[in-house]
Amino acid sequence: MADRRSALHAFIVKEMRHILRDRQTLTILLLLPLAMVVLFGYALRNDITDVRLVVIDPTPDYATIALRNRFAGNPRFEIVATSQTPDLVEPLFRRGDADLALAFPPRFAESLSQGVPTRLLLVGDASDPNTGSTMAAYATAVITSYQAEIGATGQAVRIVPQLRMRFNPTLESVNLFVPGLIALVLTLITALMTSISLSREKERGTLEILLVSPLHPWQIILGKVMPYLLLALGNVATALLAAWAVFHVPFRGSLVLLLSASVLYSMVGLSLGVLIAALAPSQRAAMLGALAGTMLPNALLSGMIFPIASLPAWLRMMTYVVPARWFIVIARGIMLKGVGLTYLWKELAVLTVMLVVLLIAAVRSFKPRFA
Amino acid sequence: MTTAIDVRNLTRRFGSFTAVESISFDVRQGEVFGFLGANGAGKTTAIKMLIGLLAPTSGQARVAGFDVSTNADDVRRHIGYMSQRFSLYEDLTVRENITLYGGIYGLTDSEIRDRGDALIGTLQLGRSSDERVESLPLGWKQKLAFSVAMLHEPAVVFLDEPTGGVDPITRRQFWEMIYTVAERGTTVFVTTHYLDEAEYCDRISIMVDGRIAAMGAPAEVKQRFGAATLDEVFLGLVRPAGVQTPQSA
Repeated sequence: MADRRSALHAFIVKEMRHILRDRQTLTILLLLPLAMVVLFGYALRNDITDVRLVVIDPTPDYATIALRNRFAGNPRFEIVATSQTPDLVEPLFRRGDADLALAFPPRFAESLSQGVPTRLLLVGDASDPNTGSTMAAYATAVITSYQAEIGATGQAVRIVPQLRMRFNPTLESVNLFVPGLIALVLTLITALMTSISLSREKERGTLEILLVSPLHPWQIILGKVMPYLLLALGNVATALLAAWAVFHVPFRGSLVLLLSASVLYSMVGLSLGVLIAALAPSQRAAMLGALAGTMLPNALLSGMIFPIASLPAWLRMMTYVVPARWFIVIARGIMLKGVGLTYLWKELAVLTVMLVVLLIAAVRSFKPRFA
Repeated sequence: MTTAIDVRNLTRRFGSFTAVESISFDVRQGEVFGFLGANGAGKTTAIKMLIGLLAPTSGQARVAGFDVSTNADDVRRHIGYMSQRFSLYEDLTVRENITLYGGIYGLTDSEIRDRGDALIGTLQLGRSSDERVESLPLGWKQKLAFSVAMLHEPAVVFLDEPTGGVDPITRRQFWEMIYTVAERGTTVFVTTHYLDEAEYCDRISIMVDGRIAAMGAPAEVKQRFGAATLDEVFLGLVRPAGVQTPQSA
C-alpha cells in the first residue's frame, strides 16, 4: 500500500509541475476570477448608477427642498440642473445630458399640508426601456421613503405601485451574478482544464505509458483532478474576495458550507472533464466539447444571467441537467439569504447524484477508450 | 524461470473481424525477440494484449510468469514499455521524468536517486539533467525514454518501433543498449519496420493477417524460405495479402 501512495504522490507532483510550468495558462487561470467578477460586475449589471436628474421646481418651498436634498444625497442620482420652468428639459434630453426629470407642482408644501392628492411628474429617457423603468423605480423609492418619513397619509404623493425587493434591497444585480460567476469559473477550471490536460496526454501517447504502469485508472484520474481541485478552491476564494472588496457583495451564510458545495460541484465538473476527454478523439475536440457541453449551458441555462422562469418550457426542462443551475441556487442561498442545509439539501442531493453517475461513467469509459 | 513470455492460442476479435487469430509462441528469458508484420497484421493488437491494455477474446498469455487476463496488475509491475510515440513529458526536466516514473513504479527515493545518477552518467546527460526534455535532440530523447522504461528493472521490456525516425548512428547505439539489458537477463520484445534491425534479434516472428506466418532465428527463417535476406522473406509473405485493415496502428 505504501507503494501505491507514493505512486499517486509522484503523479500529483508531476501534474502540479505541468500546471506551474505553463506560466501563461496559470496566470490566466489565477487572474480569471478577479477579471470576471470585475468585468461582469460592471458590465452585466442591470442596475444603474449616476442617474442624471433635472429638477423642475416652480415654487421652491421647504418640502421640495427636502425632497431635492433626498435626491442630492442619494449616490444613484446626480442633479445636473434645477429650474423653475420646464423649458430646460427638452434640450437636455435631446443632447443626452439628462436621464430623468422630476417636476414638482406649484405650491407643493401647501398641497401636502392640506392632504390633497399631489401629483409629481417623473419623465424618463426611455430610449432603453429597461433602463427607463429602472430609473423610475429608483426615483419612486426615494419619493416613497420621503413620504413615509413625513407621515403623510396615503394620498399625499401619488406614486406608481411600489415594488419590494427582498434580499437585494438596493437592487444590486452584482449580488446575483457573483454566485453564477463562481460556477462559471469552477466549470472552466474543472471541466475544461481537466479535459484538455487529459486529452493532451492521450494525444501525445503518455497516457498509454501510464495505463501500462502499475497506476490504477482511479489513481490517474485522482492525480489529474486533485491539483485542479485546489486551483478551483483558490479561485472561489479570489472571486469572493473580489466581490466583497469591489462590490461589497454580502456573505450571510456559512463559508464552510459554500466551500464544501464548491468541492462537490468541482468534482461534478472534473468527472465531466474526464468523460469528455475519454469520448473526444483529440485535444481540440475535447476543448470544443467542454466549451459547448459545459460553459455554454453554464452561462445560458443556469439562471446566472437569464432567469429560468423566463425560459420556454422545453429549455426549462433542459436546465435540470445543468449542474450549474443547482449550484447557483446553493451559492445564492448561502451568500445572499444566509440559509443552510435545511433549505439546500435538495440541490446538494441532486449534485451528489450527478457526481455518482458521472464518476461511474468516467471510470468506466476511461480504460477501454484510452487503451 | 526460463520462459519470459508464453502465448497459447491467443485470439482477439473486434465484432466479426479477427485481428489476432490463435497465435502461439514463447520467448526465453534474456532473449531479444523481434515481432514483425506489416501495418494491420495484428502486431499492435497482440502487444496490447501482452501489456494488459486489451483483454484477449480467447487463449492465454503469461508474461513474466503472470497471466495477463487474471493478474494484469502483477504483469504491469514487472514489465517496461516504450511506445512508438515519444513517452516522456517534454515540459519536465530529465530528472523530473526519472523521479516521476521511479515513483510510479514504487522505487524508494534512494533507488530513484542512485539509478537516476547511473542513467544520466551512462547517457552522458550530466549537463542536461536539469533541462527540459523538449530541448534534447530526438536521438537522446529515445535513448532516455528507453532507459526510463528500464528504471524499475523489469523482467520483460516491450519496445514498439523504438527507432522510428532516428538516425542510423543513434539506431546503432540503441541496439547496443538493447543488447546490454538482454545480457543482464531482461527479455526484450521489440517491433520494428527496419528489417536490417530484425537481423539483430535472437529470434523473430512475422505476422500476416493475424497469424504468425514464420518464426525462428533470422538465419533459420531465411533458409526455410530459400531467401537471401529477410526483406525477401517479408515481401514474399506479405505481398499476397498486403491489404490494409481497419486495425492498422
